[in-house]
Amino acid sequence: MCITWLGGNFPPNRFIFFSGGNSVEKTVAIELRGITKTFGDVVANKNVDLDVYKGEILSILGENGSGKTTLMNMISGIYFPDEGHIYINGEEVVIKSPKDAFAHKIGMIHQHFKLVDTFSAADNIILGEKCPKFDLKEEKEKLAEAHRAENEAYEHYDESEHPGPLAYMTKPKFHSEKETKRKLALMPLVGIGKKIKFNWLAKKRADVVQDIANRFGFKIDLKKKIYDLSVSEKQTVEIIKVLYRGADILILDEPTAVLTPQEIDKLFDVLRNMKAAGKSIIIITHKLNEVMAISDRVAVLRKGEHIATVNTSETNEQQLTEMMVGKKVSLNIDRTEPHDVKNRLVVSGLTALDIDGVKVLDNVSFEARSGEILGIAGIAGSGQRQLLEAIAGLYKIKDGAITYFDPAKDDAPVDLRSKTPVQIRDLGVRLSFVPEDRLGMGLVGNMDLIDNMMLRSYRKGFMFLDRKSPKKLAETIVEELEVVTPSTHTAVRRLSGGNVQKVLVGREIAASPSVLMAAYPVRGLDINSSYTIYNLLNDQKEKKVAVIFVGEDLDVLIQLCDRIMIICGGKVTGIVDGRTADKNKIGLMMMGQLHMDEGAALTDSSTEVMPDGE
Amino acid sequence: MVNEKKEREPLIHLVKRDHLDAWKQWAIRLGAIAGSLLFICLLISIVLKGSPFKVVEFMFKGAFGTNLNVNIFFRDAAILLIISLAVTPAFKMRFWNIGAEGQVLISAYMSVLCMFYLGGKVSDTLLIFISLIASLSVGILWAVIPAIFKALWNTNETLFTLMMNYIALQIVLYSIKAWVPTSSGQLPPLTSGNLPQIAGGDYVLSIIVAIFITVFLFIYMRFSKHGYEVSVVGESQNTARYIGINVPKVIIRTLVLSGAMCAIAGFLIGAGIDHTVSIDTVGGRGFTAVLVSWLGQFNPLAIVLMSCVVVFLSKGTTRVMESFGIANAFFAEVATGICFLIIIICEFFIRYRVILKKSEKKVAHEDLELAAQGEDSSEQLTANENEDVRLLQKDEQNDDEEGRRI
Repeated sequence: MCITWLGGNFPPNRFIFFSGGNSVEKTVAIELRGITKTFGDVVANKNVDLDVYKGEILSILGENGSGKTTLMNMISGIYFPDEGHIYINGEEVVIKSPKDAFAHKIGMIHQHFKLVDTFSAADNIILGEKCPKFDLKEEKEKLAEAHRAENEAYEHYDESEHPGPLAYMTKPKFHSEKETKRKLALMPLVGIGKKIKFNWLAKKRADVVQDIANRFGFKIDLKKKIYDLSVSEKQTVEIIKVLYRGADILILDEPTAVLTPQEIDKLFDVLRNMKAAGKSIIIITHKLNEVMAISDRVAVLRKGEHIATVNTSETNEQQLTEMMVGKKVSLNIDRTEPHDVKNRLVVSGLTALDIDGVKVLDNVSFEARSGEILGIAGIAGSGQRQLLEAIAGLYKIKDGAITYFDPAKDDAPVDLRSKTPVQIRDLGVRLSFVPEDRLGMGLVGNMDLIDNMMLRSYRKGFMFLDRKSPKKLAETIVEELEVVTPSTHTAVRRLSGGNVQKVLVGREIAASPSVLMAAYPVRGLDINSSYTIYNLLNDQKEKKVAVIFVGEDLDVLIQLCDRIMIICGGKVTGIVDGRTADKNKIGLMMMGQLHMDEGAALTDSSTEVMPDGE
Repeated sequence: MVNEKKEREPLIHLVKRDHLDAWKQWAIRLGAIAGSLLFICLLISIVLKGSPFKVVEFMFKGAFGTNLNVNIFFRDAAILLIISLAVTPAFKMRFWNIGAEGQVLISAYMSVLCMFYLGGKVSDTLLIFISLIASLSVGILWAVIPAIFKALWNTNETLFTLMMNYIALQIVLYSIKAWVPTSSGQLPPLTSGNLPQIAGGDYVLSIIVAIFITVFLFIYMRFSKHGYEVSVVGESQNTARYIGINVPKVIIRTLVLSGAMCAIAGFLIGAGIDHTVSIDTVGGRGFTAVLVSWLGQFNPLAIVLMSCVVVFLSKGTTRVMESFGIANAFFAEVATGICFLIIIICEFFIRYRVILKKSEKKVAHEDLELAAQGEDSSEQLTANENEDVRLLQKDEQNDDEEGRRI
């Protein structure tokens, strides 16, 4: 299975690529040979060899932490490889900075967009472009040379050869010595003029940019300001930016992570257009179905090493997963039937404003039931974070009610509205919250495991800290959840993403909650860690906990959750049964183009479809 | 190599260190201190054309030459230590308080004010008590005003505390003008309400107080709930909110503590040492304390060492200048400044690792080696790794020793 190139300095082999028996001639656009990169003692890439051909889409597949992004960052000049060689069109190149990468026509579209919010899209695209260099000496020589040539032509001009009334148009002009001198003397002004024209008259360039957008089939108005654009439009702007700078090799880092299914389809159409235009496209992803849908070939990385590159048509998802993980894994999530469900947390008419007074939550109502997993789907930033924080007492509510039914007191209702986290805890509400920002909110990165356990328990006792029971808890979690850490005294910042999440979820579950809220608990985790987390959530469900799971991967939400609530722009656009949910309809609801009430069967075509009135 | 490289590899590149053992960090810091001392000794000897050994000798004489020198050394180190410790909890909380100068000055002023107006009217013991209370309250006030603004309206604490310094300075200037109408413009030392001299000197009391505060702060930061809350707020206010810490309360409470410690330093200066006040009473020690606190990595024990080093430097260089017949005190300050600079630069090497470009010859050689190694790809890593990485790997095993830093 492993097709590993030997390291070192092989002469570039290129030009011929045999595929499936029939020889297809393809030109190599970029070749990597023996690329190694280490960060401290972490080997991010180890002796990677990779070829990308012109006019193909190559997927780089690997788990989180397998070195996909690091590898691409070295091509785009953000990191410099410790070892290895990069060849572009057969020539060895050294890429020290993103500028060098642009010079070699490589453009990268990062996961986190780098745009100026208050500029228009076109301005963002043009931003940073340099005025062509005006070399005074060279220009002067050019002018003098041109005049000399024209004068010569004038001398040799024979009028008899060009008869007719329009002859004067082709007649060369004579430049007197005085004229030449004058023009040469004015040359510096011409340079300044060009510069002024470049800096102040950028309007025409906006049209050029729009042309590029139209050519590749982007439907976007580039005169809009960035803050008015949706996430997918921002991504489009990034892509046009790269194309405008003349990139032939485009690298997209997890481009689909923030998109709805419909937007993903649109993006893929664009990518196919670009491929047809002869561009090489590298897309970094860990979603198998997308790999199968879009790419020509797949390069699999595991733990920084290049495992293999295979033709997409000759492989399948199971095989790719095995290459990616290194062993057989089952891709199914268990879902047991919930029984004996009771309302545990009821939210009704919840409305909240952001700092500018804009509604981030608009009349949100739902129930979370014990022994059930309620999924929350929505485009990133649709109010998921504010909703969970409002329940946890961290976000100010303008209107609405949050009621908790205490299982210890025979389901007596407890009002949670506008309570601080400490007040909520003092009311005996066992609410655990795994926030989206693990190291910035759930944990303290620079503190060790024990001190992080203590976050929940340090209030007990008088004046001084008790580090004994947190130590015990940390040891239990390390053992039970198989956290890989040198010791419980290691700063959590130094653990890998999966282990950080295990520590956080472990701590929250250790509080034996009756409501467990988890925001994007598997973001950035490898497959095995993700499944550990799913299993933990399922265990909690079995223990009659009301689980609220905010997810981004619709496939996972549909497989794991009993009910899925979809929100769009702070409004609930539907609550559907996870067993009968339809991915495309959820996608439409995420974009606010479809509303659906709870109980309406999704598979039923007669469902009332209301187009969004706004 | 077949292709000749037109573009060159960068000569050096910097790699951020993931982690360096605590003891190694301290080894680098101590090395930098020793190195910088040697460097300025050499520099001074070159500039002043004297023997470097003489310079070293005078440095030590300046700090420890006579009994009086020793007393002054420990007294100044103790005062600097108290001020440095005072700013430490605020810094730990990432509250960039540079107002220690003003807080100390206004407290010293307050104690002198009490001595000036109440001297002779009440018994000395009562007077000392009154000036202590007055100093404490005004010192705390000076620290807590910016804290309240920061906690409630998120104002910039750096600018705010800096402005508070100027207010303190102007109050002192104004009062001296009012108290001393003569042209000398200096308030002569007051005799009533002075702190008792223990063992015949003003230094013993300062040292005792400094030791007490060091131990207190060490325990407070490491073992108390308050100290833990300070660390959490400093690391991430979001996390603090998430676990239900009242962030404004912690900010204000910590600055009360910080202001109180500054006030104690001011009280010791005003009532115990100077018995008078002028705009040079604190003499920039409030700002030096910021440096000391940083160099000590907010660890009270390390701060003890650092304040001794800083005081040693300034005493030593001043003495050297005097001995070489240079009355210009600024040269001593330049020398001290260079020394600090070197110590601070070394922090860079604690955070980053510098990797030099490999020579072409070496690269080619390694390539051959790799080719010879053939399929055994696992071996390639070790061959390619340089010494540093292996060292770092070893660090991982010693990780437990990192412990918790305060």
